[in-house]
Amino acid sequence: MRSVALDPVSDPRPYAIRVQDLHKSFGTLEVLRGVSLSARQGDVIAIIGGSGSGKSTFLRCINFLETPTRGKVVIGDEEIVVRPDGTPVHRRQIEQIRRRLGMVFQNFNLWSHKTVLENLIEVPVHVLGVPKREAIVQAQELLRRVGLSEKAQAYPAYLSGGQQQRAAIARALAIDPRAMLFDEPTSALDPELVGEVLGVIRGLAGEGRTMILVTHEMKFAREVSSHVIYLHNGSVEEEGPPDQLFDAPRSERLKQFLRSVG
Amino acid sequence: MLDPIKNMFAPGGPFELLAFAPPGWGGNLLFGLLRSLEVAGGAYALALVIGILGAWGKLYGGELIRDLLQIYTIVVRAVPELVLILILYYAVPQAINSVLVASGHERIVPPPLMVGTIVLGLVIGAYMTEVLRGAIKAIPVGQMEAAKAYGMPAGLTAWRITLPLMTANAISGMANLWLIATKDTALLAVIGFGELTLSTRQAAGATKEHMTFFAAAALLYLIISILSGRIFAFAERWSRRGQAPLKRAAI
Amino acid sequence: MKSLREMTKPHRLLIIALVLAAVVWCAEGLRWDWVGEYWASGVVLEGLTNTLWIWAISWGAGLFFAVWLGLAQAAGPWYLALPAKIYCSIIRGTPLLLQLWALYYGLGSLFPEFPWLRSSFLWPYLREAWPFAVVALTFSFAGYEGEVMRGAFLGVSRGQLEAARAFGVPRLTALRRIWFPQAFQRALPTVGNESVLLLKGTALVSTISVLDIFAVADQVRSDTFITYEPLLLLAVCYMVLTGVLVLVFRYIERMFPARVA
Repeated sequence: MRSVALDPVSDPRPYAIRVQDLHKSFGTLEVLRGVSLSARQGDVIAIIGGSGSGKSTFLRCINFLETPTRGKVVIGDEEIVVRPDGTPVHRRQIEQIRRRLGMVFQNFNLWSHKTVLENLIEVPVHVLGVPKREAIVQAQELLRRVGLSEKAQAYPAYLSGGQQQRAAIARALAIDPRAMLFDEPTSALDPELVGEVLGVIRGLAGEGRTMILVTHEMKFAREVSSHVIYLHNGSVEEEGPPDQLFDAPRSERLKQFLRSVG
Repeated sequence: MLDPIKNMFAPGGPFELLAFAPPGWGGNLLFGLLRSLEVAGGAYALALVIGILGAWGKLYGGELIRDLLQIYTIVVRAVPELVLILILYYAVPQAINSVLVASGHERIVPPPLMVGTIVLGLVIGAYMTEVLRGAIKAIPVGQMEAAKAYGMPAGLTAWRITLPLMTANAISGMANLWLIATKDTALLAVIGFGELTLSTRQAAGATKEHMTFFAAAALLYLIISILSGRIFAFAERWSRRGQAPLKRAAI
Repeated sequence: MKSLREMTKPHRLLIIALVLAAVVWCAEGLRWDWVGEYWASGVVLEGLTNTLWIWAISWGAGLFFAVWLGLAQAAGPWYLALPAKIYCSIIRGTPLLLQLWALYYGLGSLFPEFPWLRSSFLWPYLREAWPFAVVALTFSFAGYEGEVMRGAFLGVSRGQLEAARAFGVPRLTALRRIWFPQAFQRALPTVGNESVLLLKGTALVSTISVLDIFAVADQVRSDTFITYEPLLLLAVCYMVLTGVLVLVFRYIERMFPARVA
């Protein structure tokens, strides 16, 4: 179930995320050298690349977990206002924007002193002001959707990796995000657990969720995404529809990369 | 170059009260420090002996020995050092004297240094037992097993395998206990033993310049603690040579 | 807790028999006539309550400051972290007795030199000994627990804090609901241990003429010239208090779910 990118000119869907010419340096090390991305609502964009290509850094710059050195980030209609050195001017703007983006981490990062259910209702109740009863009902529905209903009262430490990641995805869904950011969601999982998480993500793509997905799972990326970006050494080496990128890669490096990941 | 510094301690200088010779009390403080270190050193040595025996007993001894040692540890950990010091201050000389009398010797008045050393040694010994026991338990069993498999006699194994590995694990706990030993010597002030804290109070009381002396004493203790820290850090690095460096452990 | 079966093993019975024998010997062979008299006069109870409330206030206030000291070192800017680190280093590097005497004899002797202090509301407190005791113990506990809290804050997995950031949780909320609860849970066993050390530290306040149970025992000794019995009873008293404290902390620890798999 893959979303299809329409012709950019006539595409009526609004933009969810636009990133223009993003640069990021850690000291003298330039990790991102002018990366741009446009995601309309419903797009599923896969970002692939070798280690050190900057793909995770790029994703983390979108919600300003890393501060870009240069470049423009627009979430919906709102541009994140930055000072000349790149730091955001209003901390509150960043916080509010983040509440509209759901992030799923490689290491799940569930809050370990709270049960699964409490993890899901934490932000809705204590940050977004949703009444607790309503948040619990919604959370239980989300847990049902990701197949974790019986684990609502369990603590993360007692769940398998796959279960924790599904719970983390449910947590991101609980804030009803405009777009979702996935930072290598299956890289930390044992191989036999990867499938259950990919299943959940596949379902979300089918629903029309806007998602940006940094991943190593090439087959999966090809299956769910509407657009693929291949990063190498901090710049976009090649991008395009999945069929074109995976079947008929133009760049030599991409060909090598696809060969090496099998 | 040292003259400006010397002049600060001369009469009329800002630190005249801390001068080494009278009317400066600096000498008294330094002697007090020396006696503190003497007691701490002696107590620490005694604690090491007790610790090794106690750890061995707790790990390899019979159930009775283990229980008795457990009682020893519990009592020391639950009762304030001050109380133990007072009890032992009377009990230790009495015990020594009864032994002497029974074997036909004269009664003696044990010097406070000895009493203080024994008392602190017994207290720190209980903690040392726990530190060493934990350190031995942390050695992977396979290390000793390999020695056994190659037919190494028990004593040699203990000396060349167990002890070095145990030391590597124990050093940080032992460093902590050394600092506790040096600070607990202050408690001996209560039984009139002339260590640094008592000397400080005497100097302060005599000259009414309280903050000067308490600050000086604090500085002396801090210097000891910093120096000790450096020495133990070096010792830990040396004893851990060849092993993977420890990741910074969280509490 | 040991089961009854374990208790009846031969060596345990032997120890229990020995302990009972020791207790009986103490009860018969030593002089306990003074106990009734001193209990009736209420001074024992007074000493006990003094020990307890001095411990309680020092514990509470010390822990409160310790959280800030730890947080300053774990997350604060250098101008907060450095003073906090220096404070904890000084407290942990010098004996409690020295700190206590420095406050009581040192600072205490300075106060009368300020006439404005004499007429303030603080004066009646500055003339007593117990405020100095409470302040000294508070400073000490804060210094040690500040170091503990520093390690505890740093020990919370960074990923969880990052998740809170990523969800736009305001910093103070994240501190209150994510970082601090987990740090406190990590610190609990050590805090429990050091609470016992604080109880043992209260004995030192007797040296500045505060009437805690240690001072009461000392008074009995100097009045009656009996050496061991008051001290032994005092030791038992502290062991009971410590036992209660350990049980309370074990109970508190159990209240928090075992979050480590």
